[in-house]
Amino acid sequence: MTIEAITHARRHRALRRGWLIGALAAVLVALFFAAVMIGDTFYDLATVWSVLTGKDSGGADFIVGKLRLPRATLGVLVGVAFGVAGVTFQTMLRNPLASPDIIGIDAGAATAAVAAIVIFGASGTQVSLVAVVAALATAAIIYLLSIKSGFRGTRLILIGIGIAAFLNAMTAYLLSKAAQWDLQAAMRWLTGSLNSASWDDVRPVAIAMVVLLPILLVKSRDLGLLQMGDDAAAALGVRVGATRITLIIGAVTLLAFATAACGPIAFVAFMAGPIAARIVGAGGSPIVPAALVGAILVVSADMLGQHAFDHRYPVGIVTGVLGAPFLLYLLIKSNRSGGSI
Amino acid sequence: MTDSRSLVAEHVTLSYGDRTVVEELGLTLAPGRITAIVGANGCGKSTLLRALARLLPPREGRVLLDGQDIASMHPKSVARILGLLPQSPIAPEGILVADLVGRGRHPHQKLLASWSKADYKAVADALEATSIADLAERPVDELSGGQRQRVWIAMALAQDPDILLLDEPTTFLDVTHQVEVLDLLHDLNIRRGTTVAMVLHDLNLAARYADELVAVHQGKVFAQGPPTEVVTEELVLAVFGLDSTVIPDPVSGTPLVIPIGRHRVG
Repeated sequence: MTIEAITHARRHRALRRGWLIGALAAVLVALFFAAVMIGDTFYDLATVWSVLTGKDSGGADFIVGKLRLPRATLGVLVGVAFGVAGVTFQTMLRNPLASPDIIGIDAGAATAAVAAIVIFGASGTQVSLVAVVAALATAAIIYLLSIKSGFRGTRLILIGIGIAAFLNAMTAYLLSKAAQWDLQAAMRWLTGSLNSASWDDVRPVAIAMVVLLPILLVKSRDLGLLQMGDDAAAALGVRVGATRITLIIGAVTLLAFATAACGPIAFVAFMAGPIAARIVGAGGSPIVPAALVGAILVVSADMLGQHAFDHRYPVGIVTGVLGAPFLLYLLIKSNRSGGSI
Repeated sequence: MTDSRSLVAEHVTLSYGDRTVVEELGLTLAPGRITAIVGANGCGKSTLLRALARLLPPREGRVLLDGQDIASMHPKSVARILGLLPQSPIAPEGILVADLVGRGRHPHQKLLASWSKADYKAVADALEATSIADLAERPVDELSGGQRQRVWIAMALAQDPDILLLDEPTTFLDVTHQVEVLDLLHDLNIRRGTTVAMVLHDLNLAARYADELVAVHQGKVFAQGPPTEVVTEELVLAVFGLDSTVIPDPVSGTPLVIPIGRHRVG
């Protein structure tokens, strides 16, 4: 095969990939506008546009500007955060089960947040801060427990699943002790919900994203090399230890800020990467496609929970119902191909 | 130019945790030649290879690349000169051959930059040299073991190193593919002048393909030199604990080790 043929084939693949990513972005934009327009009262695109541009919108300011826009925006941001954090872990550890929501990092944030609310009566920013610190601490504990005599991805996953179970039990226990008036705030930490999303919730997630996303994107080529094993990556000039720590801290912090804003929305981090890989294929960086799929999952699941049933369900319940069969599917598939976890 | 490349281990002591595997070992790789590192299981030969490739920092001593301590060099600068193919690298799910081979270009690429002409040429040459050009657009998962090993070697070639280290490149391959891989490495050594050093299990193939043989025993270099001088009945007994007869290989004239077991000895 000639250089021309290889160049051509690679450019062709990159172009195809670009189109698919563009299509995902278009779907997300459409969903975003649909989420802002649809509700008990329907507002057309023109009205939404006038709210966005600050023109007179004939009374839609409150519902569109203060309720639906922050909700949809937060949905997109946390979806991106979950998708990026999830695919970073899954790629680095070469295992779809290594997603931070499966290995207990969300659970750490949730348990700490519920404890802060129920025991110490904390609220607002304090709770978010506690959640972020707890997520990082949980990740550190899981990492340290798993590096005994050399780092092993499988051990990290199994330790993480154990820790997640323990933390979930803690959360349930704390909730059973919660006073009635705390329960509403604390329940959000169990399922994950975009209810009562405001611009105040959006800000910290947006800032975390502006800081962390570029770092993770820059590191995404190293991430792809880590996928081939530590020795292979190191032989190609990757500083394995430093890169892994950077990726873990970046992904966990991003996830923690998102979790602090809306609770642990089940299975989004877990599903986004594999679905994105199925759509755009392997080869390029998995981060951008997973980010878009994560956002699409959250926004569409939230719309389903809001409007598809008689009762309104929080987004975390919808993604939980979608995610559980997906988890089973992946387990069965890995079993069939003779793999272990 | 590769003749000027030197890789030297000076009094290296290597350990995993408290367990010392290699002690006070000194080794100079013959530039532009093929070196095979042989020894019994657990003698420290793979550990030594990892240290030579900067993957395992020595507890004592140092590894010098062109006279410079490898630990103080930038990882990417080392990777432009020195390649390593680990024993069992993992192909990411669904990746195509051309993309995997292209990953070998990493040390030559700037952050976020797209592929240069040199990158495309290196990948094309590597595919050509390993005769897998017609597999370029196939997923690596679908290939046979022998083809897959050639893909990994192609990745190491795309890296364009002057010194290539390989950890048991023939494991898991049947005898045909073992010979094929070793022939390929020999071609590479002749055509590009690449210094090749590999850990090999099969003493007879090592004796046939290597210019220089390094026998490692209990974490030390027991003997080093041309196979015809190194491979003797005494060495096989000392290093492998095996009684044997060494005869000239009827094909190549290199030493051929015939083991004497307890049974069926006529």
